[in-house]
Amino acid sequence: MTNGAMSSAVGALASLPARAVEPFWKWAQRRLGMKALPWLFLLPNLLIIFTFALIPVAINVVFSITGSDNLYPSQRPFIGLSNYRTLADCGNFLDPSTCSRDLFWRAVGNSLLFVPLQTLAMVGVALMTAIALNKKIRARGFFRGVFFFPVMLSPVVVAMTWQWLLQRNGVLNAIISLFGANRASWLADPNLAFFWSIFVTVWAHCGFFMIILLAGLQSIPTDVYEAAKMDRASPFRVFWKVTIPLLRPVLLVVFVLAVIRSVQTFDEIYVLTGGGPGSATMLVVQYIYETGFAQQPRNYGLAAAGSLILGFVLLIFTLVQLRISRGEND
Amino acid sequence: MTDTAFTQAAPRGFKEFFKPRGERMHWTDYVTYGYLIIGVLVMLLPVLWVVIGSLKSPANLSEYPPTLMPMATQTIVVDGHPDPLPLFEVTQDDGTVKTLAQIRRVGIRAQMIDPDDPAAEPSVVDVAKAKPIRSFNPTFDNYKDLLRTAGDTIWRSIYNSAFITIVATLITLVINSMAAFALSKFRFTGSTFALVLILATLMVPATIILVPIYLINSQLGLVNSLWGVILPVLATPTGVFLLRQYMLTIPDELLEAARMDHASEWQIYWRIVLPLTTPALAVVAIFSIMSRWNDFLLPLIVLNTKDSQTLQLALAGFKTEQGIEWHLLLAMTTITALPLAFIFLFLQRYITTGIASSGVK
Amino acid sequence: MRPQKLLSQAALTTSLVTLLVGAAFAQEITLQADPEVRIRPLVEKFNAESPDIKVKLEDISYQTTVESLPIQLASGQGPDMAVVTDLGGLSKYYLDVGPYVDKAYFETQFGQSLAWLRGSQGGDAINGVPITLTVNGAFANATLFEQAGVELPEEGATWEDWAQASKAVADATGLDFAMEIDRSGHRFASLAISYGAELVDEQGNPVVDEGLRQAIETFAQWHRDGIMPMDLWGAIGGSTHRDNFADFINAKVPFYFSGSWKLSPIDKDIGGLFEWRAVATPCGPSSCTAMPGGNALVGWKHTRQPEAVAKFLEFAAQEENLEYYLSTAVYLPTASSLVEKGIDYQGAPASVNEAMALFTQQIPKMAPAAHQFQGWAYQRAMMNAMTTRISQVLNNELDVDTALKRIKEDVELAISAGK
Repeated sequence: MTNGAMSSAVGALASLPARAVEPFWKWAQRRLGMKALPWLFLLPNLLIIFTFALIPVAINVVFSITGSDNLYPSQRPFIGLSNYRTLADCGNFLDPSTCSRDLFWRAVGNSLLFVPLQTLAMVGVALMTAIALNKKIRARGFFRGVFFFPVMLSPVVVAMTWQWLLQRNGVLNAIISLFGANRASWLADPNLAFFWSIFVTVWAHCGFFMIILLAGLQSIPTDVYEAAKMDRASPFRVFWKVTIPLLRPVLLVVFVLAVIRSVQTFDEIYVLTGGGPGSATMLVVQYIYETGFAQQPRNYGLAAAGSLILGFVLLIFTLVQLRISRGEND
Repeated sequence: MTDTAFTQAAPRGFKEFFKPRGERMHWTDYVTYGYLIIGVLVMLLPVLWVVIGSLKSPANLSEYPPTLMPMATQTIVVDGHPDPLPLFEVTQDDGTVKTLAQIRRVGIRAQMIDPDDPAAEPSVVDVAKAKPIRSFNPTFDNYKDLLRTAGDTIWRSIYNSAFITIVATLITLVINSMAAFALSKFRFTGSTFALVLILATLMVPATIILVPIYLINSQLGLVNSLWGVILPVLATPTGVFLLRQYMLTIPDELLEAARMDHASEWQIYWRIVLPLTTPALAVVAIFSIMSRWNDFLLPLIVLNTKDSQTLQLALAGFKTEQGIEWHLLLAMTTITALPLAFIFLFLQRYITTGIASSGVK
Repeated sequence: MRPQKLLSQAALTTSLVTLLVGAAFAQEITLQADPEVRIRPLVEKFNAESPDIKVKLEDISYQTTVESLPIQLASGQGPDMAVVTDLGGLSKYYLDVGPYVDKAYFETQFGQSLAWLRGSQGGDAINGVPITLTVNGAFANATLFEQAGVELPEEGATWEDWAQASKAVADATGLDFAMEIDRSGHRFASLAISYGAELVDEQGNPVVDEGLRQAIETFAQWHRDGIMPMDLWGAIGGSTHRDNFADFINAKVPFYFSGSWKLSPIDKDIGGLFEWRAVATPCGPSSCTAMPGGNALVGWKHTRQPEAVAKFLEFAAQEENLEYYLSTAVYLPTASSLVEKGIDYQGAPASVNEAMALFTQQIPKMAPAAHQFQGWAYQRAMMNAMTTRISQVLNNELDVDTALKRIKEDVELAISAGK
């Protein structure tokens, strides 16, 4: 098949650089021995992670306890926990408008609402689509393609597309006015804007999770379903008693990924609403970005403090998830 | 038996078309098709609308309600007027409809002239009574405009985006599969630590370490260099995870046999393990291509010159200068999205089967 | 021994080659500017006249100037020169070209604006060339007013007069909205100061007062009454700049408040669609002030070729070159000799010249607070705080009192972070 031809051609091409480094590896293997060799394989990856993930996090820690708008840590005076205190300066934690940094707390509140709602919608839509596509139907490839396609679009493209559809003189208003409704400012109403930011992000990413879930569904042996059919079980029963339990491990992976991505959502909403109206769609990541970037002078310290709080919350969440999944495996 | 034979022989009806193998349509099938068709509309129409929009003239775009298809007003050349004039159907006071050419429009009134009688005095018409005569007329002017205003920079941007995407993807594949090989085929102290360390980076949103990354880049002299965008994203935790899971399914006996033949570990990795990992590599490659092509924030702060900017930055640039120029923006959107759409068309089977077989189990 | 010798030889050759090549080719320095500044003709003139220094002009978007340039500067990177609007906020990165240029000439030509460029640093540095003066200003669609049968408010009309008149026009001509003001703290400052807001005191501390409260309340009322669209100030969060320039161009709004820099595109894009007019800045209870603004051409401290940068700056500061630039780019002058002489915008149509004259007439009417605010190092912090907080007021997230309190806190935090 063409596949074979292609891969052998690729293989021939790829073997050239591989041949070139072979002597080095032979030498390294002799010098290091089998014990240390795996570290050599890990080295490039760890080097990148060290330089572009660990050091940055460490720099953030330093930023968060130092002041001024200097970029180099060595030029920044130590100010202790003052940044954290500024963030936590609240009259009443349940009412963000009493906080000095009310936008941070509004962003936290928005995130607390956005993440569960968006994750549920995302996994729900992805699961429904995957189940639909797992049935014996016509044009499966076409449907699969259609649902996956937006995953390929850049966040900027996604946001601008929807901004164009949702604007005052946009097509959505034209459609609803055909039914006699008034033109709505879809992104100027806090609740609507919040809805659309969930809708648009689900629209853009559900295909990704759908594909993973579909793969999981396809690995469920068909005889399980045949057996269920013999028992004349209703589709709902099959779903709850067969599909969900067998899909559980994949669902867990999907959930964890979806939550992590949801917390990190930024580009789409930033371009779509800028966090507005007011601060209705501002999420924590955007607050951090704006504090560290869009303000003049930039407040790197405050941004770093916010990001560490976010990182801490994420860490707790992951540990809890791990604990749950481990509990289930036992 | 005879029943089946009969159904197969009979001309295929509506139900048989939707249900292969002659099974009966269950009510869940109707629900499934209903859901999928609505889904297709929601997923596809917005993108289609952008493509149609990119073929409309700026005037056509600013209309409300929008026209379904790209339309242009028919024009006519009238004596005494150098430029072609747009044609309108005007309802006269007595209820008859007359075709007039518009000389100019001022707010809610327009000056019009009868094209058959150019010598006559122009009449002033209430625009509410005039309907433009239009025809289907897609235009590629937006694309031409785009190429003209963006000039050389657009080719430069395309090159930059392509370079970043290809180089980053190739390196990602190599170093991630190397790490996956170490983590799946060797037993050594610290392997769990290494795996957790790699996966932990999943927790760090790129957005919040942007400033430190910029700082490191500037120390390494990588600001305004394409490598400043490539290096920070090479190690992708999901990539390592997927590849490791897949490599675990490769039987160790294969490796042992090669070791008997005195193959070095590098040869084993490159000649045996990598070729067997192709489906998973394809998945990682596609995710990498997608993310690199679409990267926005990191390039935004690292690449500050026109010469080094990527396509996504160019696209976002249309929004900030002089408000939003939708006609250019839509054309640009179509251009940026097309390459990926093509890649996807060719590779979609790889993606699905790749994920299925690499088993996120 | 031998390898060392080889190395030193190689070093010698390389340095020789660099020296030769350096001499053969012209020095190149980079300049980044927003295309709206329209500085290209000036750069081309310089490149044509100067054999040994070439300026490479790079277009960058306004967003890049605001968001990404400061971080580059903080790390000692970036172009050799730029055209900036945040005059006082970037003071510590400016190259002092004093040692290379005729200081006395700069002082007489640009006195006041040089002080703006010094920001909180003070001293007597020559930090750049304040090439243009811009004035916030209002535009009206005269045709729409005529069709609605509403008189254009005369000079001296208040913001409230304009709001009512525009509303009458919008109602009569079936438009959705009557007034649009760019979503920008700078534009809002005009309104605020004319309502008596002080914004900043002598010591450089933020001031929130009764004037600012009234301005915000009036502004919010216009949004509630549907005079202004929520889409512009209300629908976006944070300090994002946005304008609906296209609305005015397409005759969808009778009154538009932006500034003198929009004249050239207004003239070009409207064409003959309708008759537009630049009108005198509306008045508040306190004054009829607009905000001054402007672009300055500056060199950056980190440049390796300060002399070449100074050469270009000196070139740009010369009266004849400035006049050439301003007349082609259609901007108002800051240089005192040109202010006295006036600039003939040849090539620009009569309507543009007329509008330019009108904007020039607004300059003497500017309140002292406007000048004070423009020269403040933390002006941008205040403007960002105002846009963000006003958006929140429009969306009922904050009441006006709390918003005022937050604006003050935001700026104070910025000042402490900047130290």
